[in-house]
Order: sequence, then C-alpha cells, then structure tokens
Amino acid sequence: MSKVRVLVGTRKGAFILTADGKREKWAVSGPHFAGWEIYHLKGSPVDPNRIYCSQTSGWFGQIIQRSDDGGKTWFQPGTPPGENKTPDGMPKGESNKFKYDDSSETGKPLTTHQWYDGTQHPWEFKRVWHLEPSHTDPNLVYAGVEDAALFKSTDGGQNWHELSALRGHGTGPKWQPGAGGMCLHTIILDRKNPNRIYIAISAAGAFRSDDAGKTWKPINQGLVSQYIPDPNAEVGHCVHHVAMHPSRPDTLFMQKHWDVMRSDNAGDRWHEVSGNLPTDFGFVIDVHAHEPETIYVAPIKSDSEHFVPDGKLRVYRSRSGGNEWEPLTKGLPQSDCYVNILRDAMAVDWLDSCGVYFGTTGGQVYASSNAGDSWAPIVRDLPAVLSVEVQTLP
Amino acid sequence: MIRVVLPAHLRTLAHVNGEVTLELAVPPTLRSVLDELEARYPMLRGTIRDHDTLQRRAFLRFFACAEDLSHESPDTLLPPEVVAGTEPFLIIGAIAGG
Repeated sequence: MSKVRVLVGTRKGAFILTADGKREKWAVSGPHFAGWEIYHLKGSPVDPNRIYCSQTSGWFGQIIQRSDDGGKTWFQPGTPPGENKTPDGMPKGESNKFKYDDSSETGKPLTTHQWYDGTQHPWEFKRVWHLEPSHTDPNLVYAGVEDAALFKSTDGGQNWHELSALRGHGTGPKWQPGAGGMCLHTIILDRKNPNRIYIAISAAGAFRSDDAGKTWKPINQGLVSQYIPDPNAEVGHCVHHVAMHPSRPDTLFMQKHWDVMRSDNAGDRWHEVSGNLPTDFGFVIDVHAHEPETIYVAPIKSDSEHFVPDGKLRVYRSRSGGNEWEPLTKGLPQSDCYVNILRDAMAVDWLDSCGVYFGTTGGQVYASSNAGDSWAPIVRDLPAVLSVEVQTLP
Repeated sequence: MIRVVLPAHLRTLAHVNGEVTLELAVPPTLRSVLDELEARYPMLRGTIRDHDTLQRRAFLRFFACAEDLSHESPDTLLPPEVVAGTEPFLIIGAIAGG
C-alpha cells in the first residue's frame, strides 16, 4: 500500500508525519533541529529518501541539512553522518555558504535593491526560504533565498552557486522587501521542459527563465497593485505564491498580496480569478493532483490582521480554475480561530483520492484525504508552521 | 590548551557535549582560536563569523574572564587565564528573546 510522508517546517524545528494510504493513523517524528527555524524541507522526486532541509537562525545563520534515509538521520552535505570532516578528510564546511556572485566574468557587481523607505540598500544574505530538488537528478537542487536570489547546487547541497542573471536583472533596484523580507519563495521546475524555471519574489513579482537560468524575464503583466506608485509596473508586485499542475506547465495560479490570478500562457499575461472569495488576500495556493482545474486557497483578513476572517478556518476550492469558489469547512474550526496559513504551508499528495494538507501559525497540521471535502488535524500543537510538503511513497 | 564554551545549538551542530578544548600552535588570539575551532568543526563555519568577511555574527558575543571581547580586534591576545586553561573562552548567543 502507498504511504505518505508530510514534511513540516516550524519556527522551532522540523517534524515528519507518516501514514499509510488510508491517511488515518499518523506517526510523528521530531522535533528535528529543535529550537531552529525550519523554513522548508523537500524531498527529491528522483530519490524520495533524499530530503533537503533549510535550518536557519537569527543568531547562527544558515545551515543546509540533508537526509538520505527519509528523515531518520541528517547531516550537512559534505560531512558524513556522525563525523566532523568531509570524505577526503579535509574540512570544508561549504554547504552553508551562500555567497552572491559578484564576479565580472559570470555575475554582476553586487547591486542594490529598494529598502522599505525607498532608498537603495545592498543585497545581504539572510536565509534560505525554499529548496526545490530537480525532477531528474537527486544531486541537483535550487535554493530561493532572502535577500532575493536563486542558488543552485549540483553536488547534493555541498556547494552553492548563484544564478546571478536573476538578481542582476535590470529591474533589481526596484525590488523591495515585503513584511517578511525580500524573499525568493517560489521555484517551479517544468518537468516537460528542463530549461524552463519559474520563480517568484516578494516584493518584485514573478520571473521566468527559458534557458535554465541564464536569462530571466519578468512575467507580471496583468497584475495590479495599488500599493506601488505605478499599479501596473513591470516589477514591484508582492506575489505570495505560485502553483502549477505538472501536466499543464503553461497554466499558472498565483496568490498575490491581494488578488488570486491565473495565466494560461506561461505568465506572459495574468487575469484575476478571485471571483466570490470573501477576501482575495492570502498566502497559499495549490492545485489538485489529478484535476488541473481544481485549485485551493486560504483567504486571510488583511492588511493589518493576517488571520482567517470571522474566526473561521476555511479553505476555498474552485473546480473551474478560479472565479467560482466553495468554502471547505467540515472538520475545521468555525469559531474563535485566528491563525494564518503561510505561503509554503499547503501541499497535495498523489494518491488516487487526492490528499490536501496545510499547516497553521497555531501549530496545527490539517489533512484531507478526499480533496478537501472533510478535514482532520494530524497534529494540533506544533510550533508555528512555516512550510508543509508531502511525499507520496510506493 | 584553550577551553571554548559554545552555545547549546552550536554544540548540537558540532556533535559535542560540554566544553571544546583546542591546542594552538600559534599565539592565541580571537582570530586564531576561531580559525582552529572552525578547522576542527567545519560545520560551524559561517555560524559564528561570516564566511567571507570573518566578521562576528551580529547576535553573538565573546566573553572571557568577565570581560566582553566582542568588539576587540581579531588579533587581540586572549587573557593569560584563558591561555593557561584556567578560564574558558565563552561564545554567547545575545539575549534577544524567542
């Protein structure tokens, strides 16, 4: 019978939740890296036992951890489990090194971006928000970081190199941090076209590369943001998350700061599909595993509150690719609930009856084994959840 | 022998319990102690000092013999008691809540 493994990053460690295909009884492992902020964990589609993890701290900086046994044991890439040195005996400690490329040969001189007050500010590395393993090579993995840039490792996370054409894009001085920082939070790899990469940055917008990261194009036409001087600007939009169904790589769904958006031409043009949502602010968005027109969002009250509206935790589902939305409430608290669901904290499994999962800032991880019709908590009292990913295992 | 006390999270990261002891073949300065510490425990690189600039991370402080050495030059010699091993060199996480 198939199994599912849910990878949960929280403010105070990582947790791994496992169940068989019925998804009724769950085993909880953790906390791993107790006390550290775990922004994201994600498994390799090629080798599901290979899991990458971003462990970070305001005190001690960025650590990359890797498991090759499905999360049972962890090590920093380049340092074998339980040992202090690299395989050749020479300590390197490079796996937590994220250095912006400022070489004249391959990169751009370290540029500046817009600060909160509109002045220019130099790029400063803070943390890894998102790790995206390749669909074809378990040693190839991308990292989206704050301040916004895209890094790549081809050796299983031992060494990281910036794909500097993105940060060096001519619009860089117009990028600015959102409330959570200037983060590159979304990386989508097109399984059908290995040269195509989508990324999204808060607050710059979405970008696309069609040459494996050598060059980048802003794809923000159709986005309208009243909180920037030119609401229709080429960049500057606070994109919160983007999702794609692998069978339709030209169709993208976006939860923007305000507005739920859709593109059917690889981001060249977007149109709004917020429809009858109670509020079109939110962070997460995801697509059903088997129905490319079924999408999920979790509306959030904003600008200032950032919790669910009316004390009710409701996921909204559209079976028509947007515009027409239905609230999904069965099993979710419908009174006195004031949690948020952060941008990387929703995922789906690939079992026949699609499972949907999300985590809250209140420490609950909810699961639905019937595409959202009903929900039950897997855990209720974790630290605030930053990210949720799901692996469907044979 | 230099005794170094690490914050709990860095002890976990380095797979050590209690103090770390270091033998230095060069004069024991802030820089040389941290160089040796990172050579012995490469997973600590970048967690105490920036990889490239070797600047102390903002929320870490260095104490020894009831003195704050955080803002001393990297070439400052450590106090004789630390060099003799009677007092430890302390790497402390700044108290900032959370």
